[in-house]
Amino acid sequence: MSARTGQSLHPGLNLGEEHGDDHLEAETSVFGFWVFMMSDLVTFGMFFAVFATTVPLACCPGPKELFDLGSIAWQTAFLLLSSVTSGMAVLTMKQEHGGRGACSKKLVFWLLVTALLGCAFLYREISDFISMAAAGGPPTRSGYLSALWSLVGLHGLHVTGGIIWCLVIVAGVLVRGVDRRWKLTLLRWAVFWHFLDVVWIFIFTFVFLGGLL
Amino acid sequence: MFEALFGRLTWDSIILVQEFEDPNLNTFITAGAAAMMPVGGALVVALLFWMKWWKPLFEWLTSVDHKKIGTMYIIFAVIMLFRGVVEGILMRVNQAVGLNGGFLSSDHFNQLFTTHGTNMIFFVAMPFLIGLINIVVPLQIGARDVAFPKLNQISLGLTAVGGFLIMISLLVGEFSTGGWTGYPSFTGRLINPGVGPDYYILSVGISGLGSTLTGVNFAVTIYKMRTAGMSFMRMPLFTWTALCTSILLIYAMPPLTACCLMLGLDRYLDFHFFTNDMGGNLMNFINLFWMFGHPEVYILILPAFGVMSEIAATFSGKRLYGYTGLVAATMCIAVLSFMVWLHHFFTMGQSTTVNAAFGIATLLIAIPTGVKIYDWLATLWGGRIRFTTPMLYLCGFFVLFALGGLSGVILASPALDYQLHNSLFLVAHFHNVIIPGVLFGVLAGIYYWFPKIYGFRLLDGYSRITAFLWAFGFILAFLPLYQVGMMGMTRRTVSYEDPALVPWLVVSGIGALFLGLAFTFVLLTLWRSVVHRKKLMVPFGDPWDGRTLEWWTPAPTPEWNFAVRPRVDSRDAFSEAKAKGTAYQPVEKYEDIEMPANTYYGLIIATLGSGLGFGLVWYMWWLAIICFLGCIVTVITYAFLPERKKIIPAAAVREIDEAWRRAAREGRGVTRDDECKQANQGLARPDLVINP
Repeated sequence: MSARTGQSLHPGLNLGEEHGDDHLEAETSVFGFWVFMMSDLVTFGMFFAVFATTVPLACCPGPKELFDLGSIAWQTAFLLLSSVTSGMAVLTMKQEHGGRGACSKKLVFWLLVTALLGCAFLYREISDFISMAAAGGPPTRSGYLSALWSLVGLHGLHVTGGIIWCLVIVAGVLVRGVDRRWKLTLLRWAVFWHFLDVVWIFIFTFVFLGGLL
Repeated sequence: MFEALFGRLTWDSIILVQEFEDPNLNTFITAGAAAMMPVGGALVVALLFWMKWWKPLFEWLTSVDHKKIGTMYIIFAVIMLFRGVVEGILMRVNQAVGLNGGFLSSDHFNQLFTTHGTNMIFFVAMPFLIGLINIVVPLQIGARDVAFPKLNQISLGLTAVGGFLIMISLLVGEFSTGGWTGYPSFTGRLINPGVGPDYYILSVGISGLGSTLTGVNFAVTIYKMRTAGMSFMRMPLFTWTALCTSILLIYAMPPLTACCLMLGLDRYLDFHFFTNDMGGNLMNFINLFWMFGHPEVYILILPAFGVMSEIAATFSGKRLYGYTGLVAATMCIAVLSFMVWLHHFFTMGQSTTVNAAFGIATLLIAIPTGVKIYDWLATLWGGRIRFTTPMLYLCGFFVLFALGGLSGVILASPALDYQLHNSLFLVAHFHNVIIPGVLFGVLAGIYYWFPKIYGFRLLDGYSRITAFLWAFGFILAFLPLYQVGMMGMTRRTVSYEDPALVPWLVVSGIGALFLGLAFTFVLLTLWRSVVHRKKLMVPFGDPWDGRTLEWWTPAPTPEWNFAVRPRVDSRDAFSEAKAKGTAYQPVEKYEDIEMPANTYYGLIIATLGSGLGFGLVWYMWWLAIICFLGCIVTVITYAFLPERKKIIPAAAVREIDEAWRRAAREGRGVTRDDECKQANQGLARPDLVINP
């Protein structure tokens, strides 16, 4: 066993040998979550595929009338930045919480910043949805709009879930300390959060930029 | 007020009430089926009180032991199989007398073929196989449990939610009439605004989520939990097929989830994914559905292939022939299964080039499948063959499954498919691969592994009769449908006008009755075996002279599976240890074993999930919201509760394990001649040794 403490046991950031058994325990847990994420990726793929087969109808406003690229740029900035801060949270855990009893203030700070950026993203996304509906583009008007709203909305729901999960981790760390369970949860959540970023890059490129160009 | 509380649920939605308001044969049948719910439920509750089984029941429902969870999957599947078989008989008999109109109304018939298909695929075949995988895989890889025991319980819970929804639809409301494939516009709001399609979407969608999680769980279990020395190419073939099935579950279930979600959005929120107007495209549904649906076929058949591989090796006393080829063939099938979905709708209107490409891809699957069949035949060649029940199933499988595969090759040709599409020829084809393939595999597997988990064999005579009844019933019920299909009869027809079809359909109807008898014999076999279990005990745990690790434990297998996890240095490790005489040597050091404690997690999720599904179907929004929030609160609460483990002290393990090893060293065992006799207590004596 001890020979494996130095190895990288699963994709992504590993806890490393200073975390002892926690590092070994992370193998199954984080690997399993990666597998689940690959499954989720296929779900997004299906929504992308359906979106790709639909075309805006003449009856209703199209991308040019509906998309506000400025707001999309802000959302992208918030989300990408939140990926950086979530990375900071995980690095803090890796570097400072190898032993027991380290102060969790810094970790909580980065988590809260991430959640806040996520909320900022959601706020702009929801405002965009509202203005799209007001501009005559609710999802019930055409197949194209249905596919658009549900693809972007599915991502938004994932972000919402990610924020709730992040806050649960903050509570867990404050109540129980940075123990093995919350370390592994944090590693899984980080995979989830970066995954949402990747999906957003595709949405940004194909849905928004692709729709306008 | 009433509407806010009960949504669109009214007094008339309850099927039993309909029988009083409009008595006729159709409502009588549906009322009979509906009455089975409360009556059956009451009987079960009475039995639980009478036998004082409440405590053991909750012991089981809260268990995270993979063997118990697997058993619950199989019990669930048997209950659902009962319903599926009865529905099948009703439809076959209706068609046998269906010249110019049978006794069923068309709406009732539509519901029957929809529930029959949905039931048999999602709630019979899948739970059967997932149950077997649960029971066998951790034992075969020398593990004590799966990677995520609680997640396993949740998967079972979600499957049960789907089962609950499809069963409650018998009593309250109706089920979809759009076939198990649920194509819009049959399931769209415009054509069917009722609750049926909503029941379909939710039962299939929620149980599908459970299956995805099962896939993740078993892929990780097989990747990460193998015992020391068990490299990939030393894994038993059933474990290989379980791995491929898990990978298929991981990647093939999401399209189903996605198309259920989209259809749900169309129906609940007036979206336009699959509507005929407003830029919707119903072919999108069909494409998504079969991106799931085709791999699904292999999700079902691959583990059955795995069972057949184990049986061929064990009951011919030989090492599996062409192991590497079988592994490669399994992987090939898994990969190819994602590339052929379009052959389910060659008539969509795409170009001939596209059709040709998918037709050729489909034909390619016959190659690895052929490799497998030849490998099994070569395994039997020159072996110490015993014609036990699993071998009967294997022989039936060789002949009948090959026939089904050949009719698949016919259907793979786009030109022929234009003629045969949606005819009973197709129905004959897929029953011909699913019954002799999946069902025979499952039944053979249950007979084979039953003594391992429960400690006694199934009665041989009854099991043999059961096997013959399934084969005979299948031949009578489905081979005539090939002919009828070629005569032009379409599937899913409640009545027809051509008298030339009658004789074939009568034979088919009689065959269906034989299948009903075969199902009765399954239950009879179980019942008689339980009664006579004292005579069938196999406490040593190796009744068939097994070759793989699962036979290296006492029977019934203790909760911790292996007192000491075995070390493996070859493919058939147990076989070699027996040949060397080292299988039951004393172990020097025992350690405390840590097992996860029972939990209510899965049960709570299943209850709330059922409420969520039922609330959504009937527009009882308060119920749906409460249950949904309840699920989230449950998940968060469990994230904070401390992980509970139970420790089994080394001394207790030592006592049981040493007694078993000592008795095995001193016992004489039986040769293969006495395999099905009372003398077989699960200790194999080497008799005729065949070198591979």
